[in-house]
Amino acid sequence: MRGVQKLAWVEVKLFIREPIALVFAFAFPFFMLFVLAGVFGNDVDPTDEENLRVWRGVGPSDYYVSTYVGLVMASAGLVTLPLRLAAYRDAGVLRRYRAAGVSVPVVLGAQVLVSLGMSVLAAAGIIVSSTLIYDTVLPENWPLVIAGIGLGLLTFSCIGVLLGAILPSARAVQGAGLTLFFVMMMISGSGPPLEVLTSVMRAVSNAMPLTHLNLLVQDAWLGFGWSWWEALITAAFGAASGILAVRFFRWE
Amino acid sequence: MAGEPATPAGDRAVDVDGLTKVYGSLRAVDGVSFQVGTGEIFGIIGANGSGKTTTVECLQGLRQRDGGAVSVLGLDPGIQRDALRHRIGSQLQESALPERLKVWEALDLFAALSPRARDWRQLVEEWGLSEKRGTAFSDLSGGQRQRLFVALALVNDPEVVFLDEMTTGLDPSARHAAWDLVRQVRERGTTVVLVTHFMDEAEALCDRIAVFESGQIAAIDSAPALVSRFADQSVVHFSHAGEDLPWLADCPGAQSVARHGTHYTVSGDGPLLAYVGAALVAHGIAPLDLRGERATLEQAFLRIAEHKAGAA
Repeated sequence: MRGVQKLAWVEVKLFIREPIALVFAFAFPFFMLFVLAGVFGNDVDPTDEENLRVWRGVGPSDYYVSTYVGLVMASAGLVTLPLRLAAYRDAGVLRRYRAAGVSVPVVLGAQVLVSLGMSVLAAAGIIVSSTLIYDTVLPENWPLVIAGIGLGLLTFSCIGVLLGAILPSARAVQGAGLTLFFVMMMISGSGPPLEVLTSVMRAVSNAMPLTHLNLLVQDAWLGFGWSWWEALITAAFGAASGILAVRFFRWE
Repeated sequence: MAGEPATPAGDRAVDVDGLTKVYGSLRAVDGVSFQVGTGEIFGIIGANGSGKTTTVECLQGLRQRDGGAVSVLGLDPGIQRDALRHRIGSQLQESALPERLKVWEALDLFAALSPRARDWRQLVEEWGLSEKRGTAFSDLSGGQRQRLFVALALVNDPEVVFLDEMTTGLDPSARHAAWDLVRQVRERGTTVVLVTHFMDEAEALCDRIAVFESGQIAAIDSAPALVSRFADQSVVHFSHAGEDLPWLADCPGAQSVARHGTHYTVSGDGPLLAYVGAALVAHGIAPLDLRGERATLEQAFLRIAEHKAGAA
């Protein structure tokens, strides 16, 4: 157990020494926050029914704040975590760890722990900044929001490990992970509202785990309750990824 | 297989019988058998692709063998890998550490991963890394990385340590320093399995050497025994002006005597230098430049490779 702790602590230090990881964990979601809040503001016109439908009856900034938290988890799971795993494998770091008797759960556990920690920090940063700067609403139901975020963290950690396990190289992870990240950033609710997507976009959006996670957390945040359906789909993505990741993990 | 392999006396740290590893249609390791005695420094030499690294990786449980029996410290690395892990040390040929990981952090981490770690600060001293303690892995020179890897292999105070091309990238003085440290490691009772392609290293360090050739062991013996069995005959040189010395041909082991001007060359086998020197002195001749050319392991190795190529 001492080994896992030490490995996780070392990974935290390494994470902080790697600027690109910090940019992905922290810069993108904040960038979206500032741009979209600046463009859409947070005003609601109670008489404009079309507008109320698109924004789910709340101001645009209130609508978005929970989705930036989703973006934090997606960037960790689609870019940072798999990139690090694949780069370690490419360079022979995993081989070295394995020879030192480190087991698969320890290697993955340490990576996931760091990824979780960084995501929680970035999510907290988003919530604080959005509240202080744009006066957006705080969660209506904290326990449900925390449950949703927890599920999202686990799901995207599993997806991250899966991408890191199945893609052949760090280069491939960069390509695939970034593509998935940008697609999800645009059509999973963090960009244009889901209601204004074309039917084709909406279909693609429905196939993305972030869409379901965003709806789940947004519902809890805005006081619309807990959607078991969205929770189930999010969890299914996580479970499937986790099982496949353990099945296809390679040391070298 | 040339001759019956000498087996170590006493306890065996490693026992390999008919080890086979197949990659597709390639038999990378093809029925290899050898034993390593406790406290021995055992060398494995051979050309690239001759199966050296695959063999030691199977011994360390890093690869699953396809056939044969392997026992390391009485454990089967294919099955009891985890139990074995903490009792052996590994310096791998191709591996790396995270780029921004510092030297002390690496040692501290690997010490934490082992239940019976020794004080890594001492290893930092021994392996000349004190000044580089706070340096990131990516900023280390090749030689420094290599020394760090060996230090990491020793951090769990192993009973058997596998060193795979330990001195690659080291400058000559660092190599000799590394050899001294390996001798010290053995003096503490650790068995050393050393994979190398430096013949002088194998000759200087190893009690016995296995010569790998196309996945098989072509020869296995001590360096002097390999040399006397396979290397060129001994050659003695000296200068002498004046009449011919026909009695030189009667020296024990002498096979031919050649003279070029004042320069004599006597070729043969056995302790030729001693016999030629004695004969010269007996005839009242004491050349200042009398010297023997020692046959080397390198010559023996090349001869074994030729022999094998000729047989194939």
